[in-house]
Amino acid sequence: MADPQYPAEGGLGQGHDEVQLRYRDDELVDHASVTVDSFLAQSNASAVRIEPGDDTRELLRHLERIRLVEVNFPSFGDGRGYSAARILRESGYDGEIRAVGDVLVDQIAYMRRCGFDAFAPERPLNESDVEAALNRFPHVYQAAADSRTPIWNLRHGDAA
Amino acid sequence: MYLYDQYDQAMVDARVAEFRDQAQRRLDGKLSEDQFKPLRLMNGLYLQLHAYMLRVAIPYGTLSSRQMHALADIADKYDRGYGHFTTRQNIQYNWIKLEEAADILADLAKVEMHAIQTSGNCIRNISSDHFAGAAADEVTDPRPYAELLRQWSSFHPEFAYLPRKFKICVIASDRDRAAMKLHDIGIQIVEKDGEMGAAFYVGGGMGRTPMIAPCIKDFVPLDRLVSYAEACLRVYNRYGRRDNKYKARIKILVHEMGADAYAKEVDEEFAHLLDQGVEPPFAELERIRTFFEDPAFAAAGADDEIDRSDPDFALWVDRNTHAHKADGYVSAVVSLKPVGGIPGDATAEQMHLMADLARDYSFDELRVMHTQNIVLPHVRKSDLHKLWTALDEAGLGTPNLDRIGDIIACPGLDYCSLANARSIPLAQKISQRFADNGKEETLGELKLKISGCINACGHHHAGHIGILGVDRKGTENYQLLLGGSEAEDTSLAKITGPGFTEDGVVDAIETVSDLYLSSRVEGERFIDTYRRIGMTPFKEALYG
Amino acid sequence: MIILTGNDLKSGAVVWWDGQSWSRHVNEAADVGDKAEEILAREEAARRVNVPYAIEAEKDANGVRPAHIKDRVRALGPTVRPDLTMKPADPAALDWVI
Repeated sequence: MADPQYPAEGGLGQGHDEVQLRYRDDELVDHASVTVDSFLAQSNASAVRIEPGDDTRELLRHLERIRLVEVNFPSFGDGRGYSAARILRESGYDGEIRAVGDVLVDQIAYMRRCGFDAFAPERPLNESDVEAALNRFPHVYQAAADSRTPIWNLRHGDAA
Repeated sequence: MYLYDQYDQAMVDARVAEFRDQAQRRLDGKLSEDQFKPLRLMNGLYLQLHAYMLRVAIPYGTLSSRQMHALADIADKYDRGYGHFTTRQNIQYNWIKLEEAADILADLAKVEMHAIQTSGNCIRNISSDHFAGAAADEVTDPRPYAELLRQWSSFHPEFAYLPRKFKICVIASDRDRAAMKLHDIGIQIVEKDGEMGAAFYVGGGMGRTPMIAPCIKDFVPLDRLVSYAEACLRVYNRYGRRDNKYKARIKILVHEMGADAYAKEVDEEFAHLLDQGVEPPFAELERIRTFFEDPAFAAAGADDEIDRSDPDFALWVDRNTHAHKADGYVSAVVSLKPVGGIPGDATAEQMHLMADLARDYSFDELRVMHTQNIVLPHVRKSDLHKLWTALDEAGLGTPNLDRIGDIIACPGLDYCSLANARSIPLAQKISQRFADNGKEETLGELKLKISGCINACGHHHAGHIGILGVDRKGTENYQLLLGGSEAEDTSLAKITGPGFTEDGVVDAIETVSDLYLSSRVEGERFIDTYRRIGMTPFKEALYG
Repeated sequence: MIILTGNDLKSGAVVWWDGQSWSRHVNEAADVGDKAEEILAREEAARRVNVPYAIEAEKDANGVRPAHIKDRVRALGPTVRPDLTMKPADPAALDWVI
């Protein structure tokens, strides 16, 4: 797993909707994202924000022009964003997927598995807690959007 | 019995460490109760009326002797010397301290057990037929499939924050002993043209809106089982209602979309997922199957005739044993329903005894029934008298399987913070009444189920007779329901009419059971008579 | 009267606000008048209590009796296990709950 690319000192800061954790090496997309409806209506937007009720599959025809997908979690208990991220990754999208909103440290590991690679939590996370959470489980049982080898493949000869 | 390998053990150990850290952060004030609650719930830790309550998962209801001993030790060391077996084949402890919860999980991990996902809006413990691997009528042992799904659903990253809780049941017999169609997903392993596959029933459940799951796919090949389950869950996660927690279960989604439309969405998702590599290698299913091979049954012999000279023993044999696939064996049911007792409760001593008896007489194995009894699945007929004698001495030999005294009751207002009325005292009074008046024997099979609130943990909709406790202006009141069944002839019970006081409902049950006795024709069970004559005569007898 | 109750964060035990701290005994519950929200917020923030709430109760010669049966069950313990309640030797305690 890549080291998180933290925003530079004096750069983005830790305010609302600003990226605290990033697991990508490419340049940060820092222009505003648009709603799914706006995105579908205009041809030049490259950053889109998915709300829980949006149908992620509507974006799949336009993946080549998307550089950033923000997935909003208005409440941490609304798990639709996990499916949204995985669907994007399953369709080959390799740009940034950023979780924004009510993102808590105990959810980061599952979000990473579903394909999120940047986090802009409303309330900044303790980064050593994040590190501990990401390293907590030595294995995974099932396949997801990350490259980890499921236990049941390890058992039958696949390398980790 | 499934045994953990290094991977399973590492995952469970990691979960203990994770929870220890989370609990500490809560105790240190780094987590608010709102933030901690979903985390503790995903480890089975509730805050109930008197203390924290811990629900421990018993995957598909199967336990080894060693595990049962460990459950008893936990009851002694961390609780008040007893535990409560639940209608989802789990065990709950009622007097748990937050500061000791992680230690309990660590003790459980030593015997390959855990409390992972026993609460919260995630995929819960997988339940199954308590006679799995023993019943003469199954096409195969359903538990390897349940175990595969246990692994798949454990720490599933996409389905940890579903709209609502999610319960899966796997059976492999046309006889349904696990209320399969009353689960979010019920799976029946079936054989078709010489091939094994899985029939999926989706969108059943009890609770405030009980529904019987429709079959949405009659045959999923076993090498696609996980992909299909994943598709079912993804459609639910995306489209299940989140605006109203009372409409958030998958049964509402399937009902509102229509089973055909839901099935079509699942098929599309399934087709997509088949290319995503989510299915485990088939060798994994074969590996799991090896853990569920038959124990070394002795060849049937001359001493397999049961000596019925002791009438009490003969009665228990008739009532509490079930046909086994191996000659010379039966499955024996240990009743946790003594007359006047608390349904599903067992003391640490009783748990130790059941564990020892399983070691001596049942190849080290026990099962928890959703009816809150314990099964010793593989007992040689020639051992039955010794087994019964030991059980009877410990108050575990009540011969009442599926009789009116074999009552399902949720913890109710004596323990549960959601309850509106007490369930247990009612169960105690009813079993006492019917033991005293001697009618239990005459009544035959009669399944009575009591819930202390509309959430229906006591399965009242699925009772031949159901009782629902409600709060009427601050006093306990009980509604009576008739005509439910959790078996293969699944049906939902209907309310008779206005509710009763506690004593009133005990009388009402005697009234309806008397009407059954006077109305039945040869061979009819209570439920059969009810289905034949309908609600009206019962209403007249109750309210006329 | 208005009284406050909750569970102890560490042990989960049922507790009642006695005016100074949290007591295991409902009879020591204090009438908080219109101060409920203030005390609840302060005590929960200090983690001296978990999930506290205010309820109505009556006080008479026998002590404090919460208005709702659920809180009376909490105050005493499970009615089906008198041995585990706050008053194991007092059979009349069950009548107090119901």
